Amino acid sequence: MREQIVATQAKWQKATITGSVRRTPRVISFFFKPAFPFAYLPGQHVDVRLTAPDGYQVQRSYSIASAPDSGDIIELAIERLDEGEVSTYFHDVATPGDEIELRGPVGGHFIWTIADGGPILLIGGGSGVAPLVSMLRHRTAQGASTPTLLLYSARTWDELIFRDELLDLKRKSNGFDLALTLTREHQSHDADYNRRIDPAMVAELLPRMPASAKTAYVCGSNAFVSAAADALIAVGIAAAIIRTERYGV
Amino acid sequence: MTTRGFTGRRQPPEVNDRIPPGQSLTDDFPVLSAGPTPRIRLEDWTFTLKVGPKPIVKWSWAEFNALPQTKMTRDIHCVTAWSKLNTPWQGVLVDDVLAEAGMEPPTEFTLAHSYDGYSTNVPAKDLLDGKAMIATHYAGKPLTPDHGGPARLFVPHLYFWKSAKWINGLQFTTRDEPGFWELRGYHIYGDPWREQRYTGD
Ligand SMILES: Cc1cc2nc3c(=O)[nH]c(=O)nc-3n(C[C@H](O)[C@H](O)[C@H](O)COP(=O)(O)OP(=O)(O)OC[C@H]3O[C@@H](n4cnc5c(N)ncnc54)[C@H](O)[C@@H]3O)c2cc1C
Repeated sequence: MREQIVATQAKWQKATITGSVRRTPRVISFFFKPAFPFAYLPGQHVDVRLTAPDGYQVQRSYSIASAPDSGDIIELAIERLDEGEVSTYFHDVATPGDEIELRGPVGGHFIWTIADGGPILLIGGGSGVAPLVSMLRHRTAQGASTPTLLLYSARTWDELIFRDELLDLKRKSNGFDLALTLTREHQSHDADYNRRIDPAMVAELLPRMPASAKTAYVCGSNAFVSAAADALIAVGIAAAIIRTERYGV
Repeated sequence: MTTRGFTGRRQPPEVNDRIPPGQSLTDDFPVLSAGPTPRIRLEDWTFTLKVGPKPIVKWSWAEFNALPQTKMTRDIHCVTAWSKLNTPWQGVLVDDVLAEAGMEPPTEFTLAHSYDGYSTNVPAKDLLDGKAMIATHYAGKPLTPDHGGPARLFVPHLYFWKSAKWINGLQFTTRDEPGFWELRGYHIYGDPWREQRYTGD
């Protein structure tokens, strides 16, 4: 498969928090204006760095949820881990006007632009939907109709990040199809499934695509990505077309 | 630049000098990779030593495991800013692979190749003198597929993406040829102590 190769030099720079929006009980989107705005591609991430008064520093990676088509402001959807060092700083301390450091874009593999074509199969778990939303927003901004199926897994209906935006996009169709699965909630809502992603689910969904996927993108926690990628392979999707972004743990 | 209101955790002082700049200590074992985890049957597994395009020696799983075994306990550093201390590995030193092939390093550079089609470049001297092995065991158990099993390169003094998972060959090259991640913005050498994460660091 041909793949465009992207290699950038990303320097640390200041970025100002311009706003924030609560997306779910555990996820807040933060919007950043980098001092030196940069071009990026849907699927890439940034590294964020925080510094304490004594010079102690930590850094973490966050996928960019905004689309490059929408200007210089970068959206990161950050999930709060109760004992998390960086995510609790954002949830409990950071407010608009604050400055942090970031560098980006990073990542030259988990990328999709309309030029890459489709059909594309997107599979996201929890906050792992963020880079997939960037791809979808880019697709919409470009007025593309690339056949796209997003299978999105969250614990509950209220924990579906970007839920209304995705449902709205599904109603407009234009080649976009959405399947939702909720792993910890069993009332139906509009969810398609109430279990973790498995081969049977993928096998049932694939016929909803007009043709077999050219590329599949899977993003989320390590356990989620392993299970979802294994499910794709179990139904006969070639490993070579599957790209993964693992959030580490 | 100080971040308003950020205090943060601290690393335990006794291990401070073992944690490279920008890294945080973890007890977990994070997994990162570009694609699905390949499942390789031991009866299909082979490891090939090449010089340029030319295969020199090819081992089966049984043959490879008959080579001298070495244990190494080292700290590892992932480019996503995790460090994990005292990780215990077992496998075959690259020195012993070369000795078995009756070879001195023929060139200054290598590319490690993997079952999933990926590759990473490491200078030959970084693999010699006990610095690196082809690891088959972690914490006394066969290496699991998610962590690169049946076998991965283990070169702990570089960022951990250099420790190629699912390795199936080591190729000596005349030039320093960037591998999969190195072509995609990651540093050509990857020394955690100099924080060489990305191109240009
Ligand atoms: C390429 C990439 C992209 C990423 N994109 C995103 C993104 O878009 N959005 C996002 O939210 N994250 C993303 N992450 C994850 C992110 O980088 C951090 O790992 C995450 O925010 C946690 O950092 P922290 O400092 O809050 O937690 P840390 O202090 O690093 O703690 C995390 C560790 O503590 C444990 N832990 C702490 N609290 C809890 C808890 N309540 N439940 C379970 N375990 C807990 C976990 O075991 C874990 O090992 C991404 C990671 C990568 C590698």
